[in-house]
Amino acid sequence: MAQSRPLQSLDMMVNMGPQHPSTHGVFRMVLWVDGEYIVEAEPYIGYLHRGTEKLCEGELYPQIITLFDRLDYLANFNNEWTLCLAMEKLMSVQVPERAEYIRLILCELNRIASHMLFYGTMGLDAGAMTPVMWGFRERERIQRLFEATSGARMMHNYFRIGGIKEDVPEDWKARVSGLASELEKSIEECDKLLTYNEVYLVRSVNVGKLSAKEALEWGVTGPCLRASGIPYDVRTSEPYSLYNRFQFDIPVGKNGDTWDRYALRVEEMRQSVKIIKQALGQMPDTGPFMATGVRRIPRPPKGEVYLGTENPRGEFGVYIVSDGGDKPYRLKIRPPSFVNLQALKAMLRNSYIADSVMILGSLDIVLGEVDR
Amino acid sequence: MLNSLKGLLLTLRIAPRKPVTAEYPKKHLPIQDSYMGFPVLTWDSRIGEPYCTGCMVCVRMCPTNCMSALMKDNPLNKEGKSPRKKIIEAFEINYGRCILCGICEEVCAFDAITMSHQHELGSMARNGRRVDLPRLLELGKLYQDESGWRPPTEIEKEKQAALKTVQASAAAGAIPPPVVQPTSPPQAGP
Repeated sequence: MAQSRPLQSLDMMVNMGPQHPSTHGVFRMVLWVDGEYIVEAEPYIGYLHRGTEKLCEGELYPQIITLFDRLDYLANFNNEWTLCLAMEKLMSVQVPERAEYIRLILCELNRIASHMLFYGTMGLDAGAMTPVMWGFRERERIQRLFEATSGARMMHNYFRIGGIKEDVPEDWKARVSGLASELEKSIEECDKLLTYNEVYLVRSVNVGKLSAKEALEWGVTGPCLRASGIPYDVRTSEPYSLYNRFQFDIPVGKNGDTWDRYALRVEEMRQSVKIIKQALGQMPDTGPFMATGVRRIPRPPKGEVYLGTENPRGEFGVYIVSDGGDKPYRLKIRPPSFVNLQALKAMLRNSYIADSVMILGSLDIVLGEVDR
Repeated sequence: MLNSLKGLLLTLRIAPRKPVTAEYPKKHLPIQDSYMGFPVLTWDSRIGEPYCTGCMVCVRMCPTNCMSALMKDNPLNKEGKSPRKKIIEAFEINYGRCILCGICEEVCAFDAITMSHQHELGSMARNGRRVDLPRLLELGKLYQDESGWRPPTEIEKEKQAALKTVQASAAAGAIPPPVVQPTSPPQAGP
């Protein structure tokens, strides 16, 4: 583009954000544009910086769970789970089977809720209004179950190191299986509405391509990496928790374009429903929900641990250094959105300004997690 | 073209469905029973005093330091009316800071603080959401009445007692003990 200019002209610098509605939060991009084309892009982050990692050093372990809720605020359960799993690994705690199944089911439901919101905003970025209504409708259904389980729609603080806070309500299993079959239907509905719509195809196919090599170089994980054709999923490549007990597929894209990243997430929702159904069948009806011998304020032994789990956005990792006290000496978070966002620069080059919104949307970033 | 028409047909088919939304200030969607709203203090109506003894465990465990408490000697205890030696004198929660995590309720050993269903306590003043002891108890009584609240430790005691009787009768051979069979080898954890 820049090479084939008929006239000698200068690039124009345009600010996008931080209050732009399509940036999904407070995120600013500086674009150098040549007419309709983006020559260079520079993302600026940090508007939502709260210093979570430093705050964690001053909080007791049970209090840190409340901070983790607020990182990726669309996948709260997944964040809590990662911290709890890492702590359990550090302290070698055996979690009761029932509690582990409950946590797994809630996390998979949270994945669907997060992808549903992605589905909605992706449609909205392409200019369609209905998907966002439908996406939020389905997400609300899931959140109502979360409210009945943990007492909160979003900031749950429900998982504990060694189990869960309290047992689930009595009709929980029936409610979840009802919800799973409802979701199965509505995922098909949502899929029918948007995926093969001609306008949407024109807007998203071959837009914002990311090759497998580039994706690996940038350290991209999660659906964005799998859309580029690399079947890397922490759930299967490094199975944590009970994931080796289920039969499910890892969808993989071909081109690594915006449409692939979208369609892959829709397919992932179906796989999550599949996992939930299997987990409900295997889950024991009775049993303890908390491991024995874990104190209210845990003091893990001296040492360090890293554990990564598959969040809706990619590999979410927690690295904890413990000095044997009731607070961590250092806690490092590997947020998938932050790493995925770095690839934006490569993806935006030589694309249209109007497509930048689509490309950013297809990365599905959450700025609570990017800025921490 | 064909796929767009298909999508349009789908929209038309779904259009006559009942809306799932509610016009908010006029109509409220139902709150789930286990909903955690703002924390309130409970009232022991048998004795006529709050459950709270001001032991400060919730104050110390609060992640946002949103509350403060002050303890005093219980005058009712001297008269022999109450088993509590100490009682709360002043308690303040800043609802503007509270993050509704439920840790205070979890750590309380006296059933004194509970998460109510209150969630619409807005204020126009900067410090208008600082709530003192009388107001907290008032909100607590409201919650206790509407939800049929009972002290969690009492419920737990009853559960344990029921379990014991079941076990005792099982040992006597009256009822076979409940069998818990794990469906797969008990290996949880990472």
